[in-house]
Amino acid sequence: MFSWLEKNPFFFAVAVFIVIAYAGIVEVLPNFTENARPIEGKKPYTVLQLAGRQIYIKESCNACHSQLIRPFKSETDRYGMYSVSGEYAYDRPFLWGSKRTGPDLMRVGSYRTTDWHENHMWEPTSVVPHSIMPAYKHMFKNDADIETAYAEALTIKKVFNVPYDVPDGIKLGSWKDAQEEVKAEAQVIVDEMKNEEVKKAFAKGEIKEIVALIAYLNSLK
Amino acid sequence: MHPGNALSYDYTVAKCFMFATILFGIIGMAIGTLIAFQMAYPNLNYLAGEYATFSRLRPLHTSGVIFGFMLSGIWATWYYIGQRVLKVSMAESKFLMIIGKLHFWLYMFTMIFAIISLFLGITTSKEYAELEWPLDILVVIVWVLWGMSIFGLIGIRREKTLYISLWYYIATFLGIAMLYLFNNMEVPTYFVAGIGKWYHSVSMYAGTNDALVQWWYGHNAVAFVFTVGIIAQIYYFLPKESGQPIFSYKLSLFAFWGLMFVYLWAGGHHLIYSTVPDWMQTMGSVFSIVLILPSWGSAINIMLTMKGEWSQLRESPLIKFMILASTFYMFSTLEGPILSIKSVNALAHFTDWIPGHVHDGTLGWVGFMTMAALYHMTPRLFKRELYSKSLMEIQFWIQTIGVVLYFSSMWIAGITQGMMWRATDKYGNLIYSFIDTVVAIVPYYWIRAIGGLLYLIGFFIFTYNIYKTIACGRVLDKEPKSASPMAV
Repeated sequence: MFSWLEKNPFFFAVAVFIVIAYAGIVEVLPNFTENARPIEGKKPYTVLQLAGRQIYIKESCNACHSQLIRPFKSETDRYGMYSVSGEYAYDRPFLWGSKRTGPDLMRVGSYRTTDWHENHMWEPTSVVPHSIMPAYKHMFKNDADIETAYAEALTIKKVFNVPYDVPDGIKLGSWKDAQEEVKAEAQVIVDEMKNEEVKKAFAKGEIKEIVALIAYLNSLK
Repeated sequence: MHPGNALSYDYTVAKCFMFATILFGIIGMAIGTLIAFQMAYPNLNYLAGEYATFSRLRPLHTSGVIFGFMLSGIWATWYYIGQRVLKVSMAESKFLMIIGKLHFWLYMFTMIFAIISLFLGITTSKEYAELEWPLDILVVIVWVLWGMSIFGLIGIRREKTLYISLWYYIATFLGIAMLYLFNNMEVPTYFVAGIGKWYHSVSMYAGTNDALVQWWYGHNAVAFVFTVGIIAQIYYFLPKESGQPIFSYKLSLFAFWGLMFVYLWAGGHHLIYSTVPDWMQTMGSVFSIVLILPSWGSAINIMLTMKGEWSQLRESPLIKFMILASTFYMFSTLEGPILSIKSVNALAHFTDWIPGHVHDGTLGWVGFMTMAALYHMTPRLFKRELYSKSLMEIQFWIQTIGVVLYFSSMWIAGITQGMMWRATDKYGNLIYSFIDTVVAIVPYYWIRAIGGLLYLIGFFIFTYNIYKTIACGRVLDKEPKSASPMAV
């Protein structure tokens, strides 16, 4: 049989494909019917948080920080309750990471504050002596891309039925509404920050990357 | 072709990809060495503002080495081996020549944009699949062109039976095609919302499902680029270089079909103790252990090919490269299953043992085999004797020491950190803060970086040797039959 396959490249390729595709059908597909259901009370990200999430992705924070707390005492003591599937229902893409060069961030919003993050991004060793993380000072200069974040929110609302604009939920509305929402949300964070440049820029209507990133990090609970 | 005359093959495209292999090898490994030093000495993060932090460079390193160095290597060898085992020259078909050249240039074009976009932080964050949708489409076109090249050449072949290497090339093509397509499913946001950046997209899958698809892809991209594509090479080059036939045809069959069936199940081992259902984690773990059989099947088949001819190992650095590669393959495919055992995984996951494991596979197995392949091909592509055997020896030892320093330091760092993370005092409180564990492993980061630097130096020696061969090696009057000629 095999020597016959080796003389018939077409059937050979078909045979290879069937053999390799099999695992995906059995192992990957079943999960799609069940998971991705949000846990009770889980809300999608706001536009500002999504903008922050995009910055997190842009800087590949996930290369060094995980967002997956494993069910061991050492991890739950250190980072909080272990992760469950429904908590990730609105995570597109997932950001579990594969290597911890720094600690896990899944619930960092529960134990770090806005000004801690501000100092940490400006000069990591100021809050964690001996930290090997680079400083991300450019986040205090670059503007956050609110438009693309809004585009993402609107896309997932339309395509995947992510529940925006529902009673007691996250309001998305039109681009104009969203801008107002973002401004109000950013105001709270800017008020808690110390960096004068960021404050001045915000007064002029600019939202710096650091503001959006902190909004995202604070939402991780 | 005139009956009775030897075929003369056309190596234009093979040469292009060979240069690309070397170019991306230097870029990818240099960035790798830099980021290794960044972890030991963080001030190196500020060489080029926001564009040269560890986090921005890490995807560049992985993509540069996987899709630059290794894939170019696979293609360079395909455009060499393909013609020879099918007994047909690319020059016989204008169409295939055009496809081959288009394949190369479109690939280079894609790589340039990939490098630029990753520098700018344009990424989807999925490991080894960071490119945004416009580039994903280009990648798919490049891949289709390669498929046309494979099946086109097979279509006009003179040799009826497909040689083992071809099985592996076909599998590489099909496997990556399937994995890449499914994992990169995404919705471009601009076209739905009409606002924001045109190149931005959002993943089709959410949360746990996204993770499942990603690691089904991530682990198996390793399978079909790092393993299957490289086995294709060794099954051709080792018998050629040593003049020995492959030890066992039956073992080749068993190893090939076994690998095809088992490999893709093993992706689940990246998700042990995550939120995917328990039975999937267990399957990932169990199949990873079963995977030892087909992996070692190939490796043993390759080793036994040298039966009775081990003296060649002393005489030829080229054989040495290939046998060391297979040894690292055996090592890495034993280490992988060990890491997939749940209790070991609980300790090792998220630590430096994982990059250590990846690198004994990539530096030891893929890197050594790719360089051996290029060494074997150069005298035949350029009709010249290899420039220096002693340089090859020096390179071999420098790089071997580099790999050993790399994986041993990462083992120690990984186990140390894993143990420190879980250490508790007699009252059950954690003893160490996270940063304590980082401070403890920084010395190993230095050792790793030096190991990486040695490997890079070895690669420069390799590049120099190849350059000198092409530029001023002694001209050969006819193609060497087996052992590649090399000057002292």
